Amino acid sequence: MMHKGTTFEKLKIASFDFTCCEGCQLQLANRESTLTDFLDLLDIRNFREISSEQHNDYDIALIEGSISRPDEVERLQAIRRQAKTLVAFGTCACFGGVNSLKNRFSLNELAVEVYPGMEVETGLVKKISEVVKVDLSIPGCPVNKEEVERIVVSLVTGSQVTLPKYPVCIECKAQINTCLFDLGEICLGPITRAGCNAVCTTGKTPCLGCRGPAEEINMAAFLELVKERGLSENDLREKLAFYNAFEGLYQP
Amino acid sequence: MKHDFALNIHHLPRVEGHADIKITVRNGKLVDARWAIVETPRFFEIMVKGMSAERVPFLTSRICGICSISHALASIRAIERAMSIEPPAAAEKTRLLAMQGETLQSHALHLFFLVAPDFTGTGSVLPMIHSHPDLVRAGLQLKELGNEISSVTTGRCTHPVSLVVGGVSKAPEKEQLLKLRAMILERKPALDTACSFFQSLAIPDFKRETEFISLFNGSSYPSIGGRLISTDGVNRDENDYLSMTNEYTRDYSTSKFTKLSRESSVAGALARFNNNYLLLHPKAKEMAASFGFQPVCHNPFMNNIAQLVESLHILEDAEELINSLLDMDLRNIKTTYTTKAGSATGAVEAPRGILYHHIETDAAGKVVKANCIIPTTQNNGNIHNDLWAITEQALREGKNDREIEKLCEMLVRSYDPCISCSVH
Repeated sequence: MMHKGTTFEKLKIASFDFTCCEGCQLQLANRESTLTDFLDLLDIRNFREISSEQHNDYDIALIEGSISRPDEVERLQAIRRQAKTLVAFGTCACFGGVNSLKNRFSLNELAVEVYPGMEVETGLVKKISEVVKVDLSIPGCPVNKEEVERIVVSLVTGSQVTLPKYPVCIECKAQINTCLFDLGEICLGPITRAGCNAVCTTGKTPCLGCRGPAEEINMAAFLELVKERGLSENDLREKLAFYNAFEGLYQP
Repeated sequence: MKHDFALNIHHLPRVEGHADIKITVRNGKLVDARWAIVETPRFFEIMVKGMSAERVPFLTSRICGICSISHALASIRAIERAMSIEPPAAAEKTRLLAMQGETLQSHALHLFFLVAPDFTGTGSVLPMIHSHPDLVRAGLQLKELGNEISSVTTGRCTHPVSLVVGGVSKAPEKEQLLKLRAMILERKPALDTACSFFQSLAIPDFKRETEFISLFNGSSYPSIGGRLISTDGVNRDENDYLSMTNEYTRDYSTSKFTKLSRESSVAGALARFNNNYLLLHPKAKEMAASFGFQPVCHNPFMNNIAQLVESLHILEDAEELINSLLDMDLRNIKTTYTTKAGSATGAVEAPRGILYHHIETDAAGKVVKANCIIPTTQNNGNIHNDLWAITEQALREGKNDREIEKLCEMLVRSYDPCISCSVH
């Protein structure tokens, strides 16, 4: 492929899904007005959700979802052996995501309650990096297609892939939104990595931290802010646990 | 023709989620046909326990990457009914418009990305970008329009931001609504292109009589809430969802099965069409007539055409919803409420059919119990029975293994299964 006198190789890419809703993969087919240009950068070797043509000679593997069953571990390890670059694609892959909320309950109890009288295999929910080495993480529930496009261009051109280091708060303020703390809500915007363009807070709902912690966050100051405003600790706990993205950064 | 063959399609491509088709023929006789969903269960009904009601729609929307708006609204409706919360009229209209956007996006994804390649003989939509450029452009235009409607009404096209208990957290801006209305007008010709393409196809000739279940309200094509009805004459209250579904398990499938008056039943676009034909927009009825498509139709492949007909209905209806929103006060969009103990069902017509969330809360507004019954779960039994019937018909007609394989794949795809959703 030629662009402005330089030749680029298309990315030999594959997309696989594990314990998830497939919403992140679906973003690849969104932003329809730029879709054909985006697809021009890719040589899609394996993408079961949209194609019957499946080949196993891919370089980049996008992994959507978390891992919760032994057969998934085997499938993921086989993909790791093939892929030069393995990408944790979306919040479930990066942090375990909402699926991790299951880990609060006994596995036996939940299987019996949902599937009475039937044997169902299920394990603790794991993020991808607990099972195989991850080369690149793209967080988001769902991933932000604009950011994915930018990263794909970086991979094609061989330039460094970066994610914003600053928090969602910066993107939110740039849109001149009223701060949700001023409306009496706990919002994880001050501690969550930007890159979503503050889509939730712009829609007047608090950030639940799907992109995980921003770099160099001041957790103590954030917790102090919540306390100072007299906001509910239960609410704080529920929000921080929602995507399992702040594990280890907060002990109630 | 006497022959033996075993068809074993592992992780059927071009459907949402993971499922297998298994067919065994010995001496020209079908001995086993099964539809086995092998998706990993996530246990949302357990995850939601103890969560505050206001957060629930943000969790349940994550059941599905395609119909997240439907899941959010099914939860919201269940909670609002449980706590006797009345959302303002402008919020209700905004939600209806959001549902239209989601269904249009889902139908376009299914018809152009998943179904069309079966008829063009390509493995995916990708080669069609060159072989059928006008059709692909039309599909992308409709899908983009659906996504844009969802974004304007809910803040984002997947996993809605502003659908909340009590109303909506942010109303669409009037300027955005005007742009959206112009976009709808501009994209109507895309549907003509799609219609001509589907008219040129030979839809497989197969039917097996069954029962179709959908919502019904008597005044508009169903979307959020209503009576639960079937083509076998069942008519029940929304809270009676358990007696409509009678869930049971089969040990080879992590997705459950349901039944009503017969061994199996169907939910989805064809079921809505069969139960609510008279409430379709006149132009949508005209389109149906151009396919010789009338209720009650028992050919499952016509679910594709029902989706196309619904897409036209959506374009017309969305325009009307936008006009009424433009006349409303969009500042009054959220009711304040106090949490209380209660339980209720919220039923909505998700793109793939009737979706039930039943939620019970305690006085503090925390979830005590939840149950979600998914459209695909309600279609599993029928897909299974149709696989038997269509394979037997194909064997009688002397079709070969490859033809039977393709027919079985197409049959399953025509149901537009949402497998992750069904194994929530």
